[in-house]
Amino acid sequence: MTATADSHAGGEVGQARLRKEDARLIAGRTRWTDNMSLPGMMHMAILRSPLAHARINRIDTSEARSMSGVEAVVTGADVADDQGSLPCAWPITEDMKSPNAPSLAVDEVNFAGEAVAVVVARSAAEAHDALEAIEIDYEELPVVLDMSSAMTEGSDLVHPDLGTNASATWVFDSAEAGTGGSADEALAGAEVTVHRTFRQQRLIPAFMEPRSILVDPTGEQTTMWSATQVPHILRLMLAMTTGVDEHKIRVIAPDVGGGFGGKLQVTPEEVITFLVARKLGKPVKYTESRSESFTSAHHGRDQIQKLSLAANRDGTVTGLKVELLADMGAYLRLVTPGVPILGAFMFNAIYKIPAYHFSCTNVFTNKVPTDAYRGAGRPEATFAIERMMDELAAELGMDPLEVRERNWIKHDEFPYTTVSTLTYDSGNYEAATARARELFGYDALRAEQAERRRRGDTVQLGIGVSTFTEMCGLAPSRVLGALSYGAGGWEHGAVRMLPTGKVEVITGSSPHGQGHETAWSQIVADRLGVGFDDVEVLHGDTQSSHKGLDTYGSRSLTVGAMAVVQAADKVIAKARKIAAHMLECAEDDVEFSGGRFTVRGTDTSTSIQEIALAVFAAHDLPDGVEPSLDSEATFDPENFSFPHGTHLCATEVDTETGRVRLRSYVAVDDVGNVVNPMIVEGQVQGGLAQGIAQALFEEAVYDETGTLTSGTLADYLVPSAADLPSFTTDRTETPSTTNALGVKGVGEAGTIASTPAVVNSVVDAVRHMGVQDIEMPCTPMRVWRAIHGGAR
Amino acid sequence: MRITVTVDGTRYTDDVEPRMLLVQYLREQLGKVGTVVGCDTSNCGACTVHVDGHSVKSCSMLAVQADGSEVTTVEGLSRDGRMHPVQEAFHDNHALQCGFCTPGMIMQSMDLLAEDADPDEQTVREGLEGNLCRCTGYQNIVRAVQDAAHRMRPGAGPDAERVADETAMSEQTRAEVRQS
Ligand code: FES
Ligand code: FES
Repeated sequence: MTATADSHAGGEVGQARLRKEDARLIAGRTRWTDNMSLPGMMHMAILRSPLAHARINRIDTSEARSMSGVEAVVTGADVADDQGSLPCAWPITEDMKSPNAPSLAVDEVNFAGEAVAVVVARSAAEAHDALEAIEIDYEELPVVLDMSSAMTEGSDLVHPDLGTNASATWVFDSAEAGTGGSADEALAGAEVTVHRTFRQQRLIPAFMEPRSILVDPTGEQTTMWSATQVPHILRLMLAMTTGVDEHKIRVIAPDVGGGFGGKLQVTPEEVITFLVARKLGKPVKYTESRSESFTSAHHGRDQIQKLSLAANRDGTVTGLKVELLADMGAYLRLVTPGVPILGAFMFNAIYKIPAYHFSCTNVFTNKVPTDAYRGAGRPEATFAIERMMDELAAELGMDPLEVRERNWIKHDEFPYTTVSTLTYDSGNYEAATARARELFGYDALRAEQAERRRRGDTVQLGIGVSTFTEMCGLAPSRVLGALSYGAGGWEHGAVRMLPTGKVEVITGSSPHGQGHETAWSQIVADRLGVGFDDVEVLHGDTQSSHKGLDTYGSRSLTVGAMAVVQAADKVIAKARKIAAHMLECAEDDVEFSGGRFTVRGTDTSTSIQEIALAVFAAHDLPDGVEPSLDSEATFDPENFSFPHGTHLCATEVDTETGRVRLRSYVAVDDVGNVVNPMIVEGQVQGGLAQGIAQALFEEAVYDETGTLTSGTLADYLVPSAADLPSFTTDRTETPSTTNALGVKGVGEAGTIASTPAVVNSVVDAVRHMGVQDIEMPCTPMRVWRAIHGGAR
Repeated sequence: MRITVTVDGTRYTDDVEPRMLLVQYLREQLGKVGTVVGCDTSNCGACTVHVDGHSVKSCSMLAVQADGSEVTTVEGLSRDGRMHPVQEAFHDNHALQCGFCTPGMIMQSMDLLAEDADPDEQTVREGLEGNLCRCTGYQNIVRAVQDAAHRMRPGAGPDAERVADETAMSEQTRAEVRQS
């Protein structure tokens, strides 16, 4: 890992540098999309279907059109020829069924919240007033909500023209793939089997900044500002969806207030605003309300997971079978069908499982489409396998950590190719677990638990374990190709030395809270030997960062920063040539360190800044050298990275009320080398909050008519500060060997690991009362019922 | 309806629609876009400002109700180019990621510190209950508020008296307004 050693040379990497981003944000000097106004700008409001499934017989917009300030009323019929079908980039099978997905409904609506018509007016208030004057004659159709019944013979259909509610079935079998044995045989011959069915409830990403879009069609390029995670993907997809030429579109993601996968989308609202603004020839802005966000922006999770585990009496797992139903909602959005498939590679987790079978059927329902939400497929898989390991331990009367250790890949067995075909490059589960045990006080808490049980305390103590890994750094392009994904997984970066010695870094990653400006500055400062404050990081604008695949899947550092590192190395290589010329020596005699090029063995040197100025003047450059100290690079990772960690959670469960109190939470994560420990810790803490929220609080609930009843922040329980404890976080550092920085990614770790740790803890608290599972979220009612009602 | 409001030290007289919310008035009419809107049910706290020295969710108040009042937003906190100690503490403790909740969190934290100059962790957590953050998990926000409390203790520096008491701060702002 010489590159790793290098990157520490300047001393920036590894420091808890305070963030560059903060100065503006704490002063309210911000550029959220909704902050922006343009001369002549109009406001758009969207009329959404109150019904989950209906035919649109007639829309009467005449009254709305005549109201004060109303510039236009647009229905699906008006844009039917231009809007195309919203893109799905991940056809998981050749015969996958995918319905046409209009941005603005034309003759039918398939979920409550689907956009049906828009009003464009002088003010947002006038636009909203006019929505009420639009009359729509709907003819109600039968509503399909439950995945299991949607799959039964004779079920009503979401899309009758498809002839089924099943979109696709994707299967992996280790016996067929040649990576292991037959799971069915393992189960048939097992000393012990454990069977469980888990429900991954539907979740809402709930980024704090509602989505907002501003489109300016008055220039040669139509410019869109959008609160998106994916400006580059959005530009490409706008072109492909609407037929407008790609080079006539510019997309800007200015300040973006969180995403968590929820803004990894090409949305109906973006396409509609784009089309309407171009039609009117005027800037148009649309900002959703929180209620609209909940009923129309994509949701996450929503799977039914049936697992069967085979093991020997000594705790050795011999086989695993996983059968999933995954709720697509009404349409396939950008990566909807692929989310559960990402999970397929993670059910075997950190364990040496010799036989594995996975199948997943994707099902349509009349609900908001699902898509990526923090972790996307991997939290679901991790939850299920970590719950199963606890269940196996209980079945065998073993300690859950002992069962895990019996099965996990030992630190000297890396690189290790798993039963689901991935090659884990590095890891040290023993070290992370030992550290977590110690910080948690595992043995003392077990003793307290035993004591409380003996006493018959009304408040019981539970200890939950989660030893997780995840695949990050999405993704090697060839792997994505093999999985039928519609694009690659590379990232682009560029480094420009300015004449004054300052540096502009351009990244195709598109941050929305992750702190790229700080972390990339640290990396480049070390690499080039320049000051942290001399580096400016540009991103999120297809004009300045013309190429990119954006931010999701914990890919920014592992893929995006690697592109920047490679670009910086190219700048150094160019500068070295010029330095040799200036210092009148052979190139091989020039050493570069700390921003200075020195003739080996002498004190004759020049700085990279001096070279930058000389390049600008271009008066005396070596033959064949361009007057430029800019370089770019596109990095395609060879492999994923595999962060891992051990999380331990203690909960106190009041057996009389079902109330769960989080008593302590220890997270020891191994994310490889760390660029900025402060940012890493922040990512873990925020991730934990979201994973814990799935375990205890959040659920998107639909009533039997298909109306979202958890449609506001009053009903959808995003935890507040008062709902959460302080976490104890620590790290072990096992560098990744698949990238020169030795980094693995941290954006999703906390979310993936914490949900099973918490639920295992709650179940553990009351297992002696006959409880084997509690459905998420583990609300007091569900916990009480599990204890007292027998039913889950 | 005609209202007169002082916002971050500047006096404004405007005709507003009776249904206009204070937050809309701040953002759309005054261009005070540092204050943001995160919900439509008064649950998120992103829009929190101070009205006459007390924190208010500006989406739950009409602009006309602020007539005659003095409003402070996150944009009006720095003095002589220096950030308020609560702002500094948010920066120093990495209490923000995307920063969308931050204006509201800072305004609410100041209110809470005015009530309790040395709050324990639970008091801070409960005091911020009405402000949601999706990014940070709150741990560093709680730390920042407690850190700010220490910075603002009497004797902790020239910033201390500015916010040790909300009324005092509000008086000071008034004095500044009168001078200008
Ligand atoms: S905007 Fe959410 S409370 Fe005011
Ligand atoms: S920092 Fe993003 S919501 Fe709080």
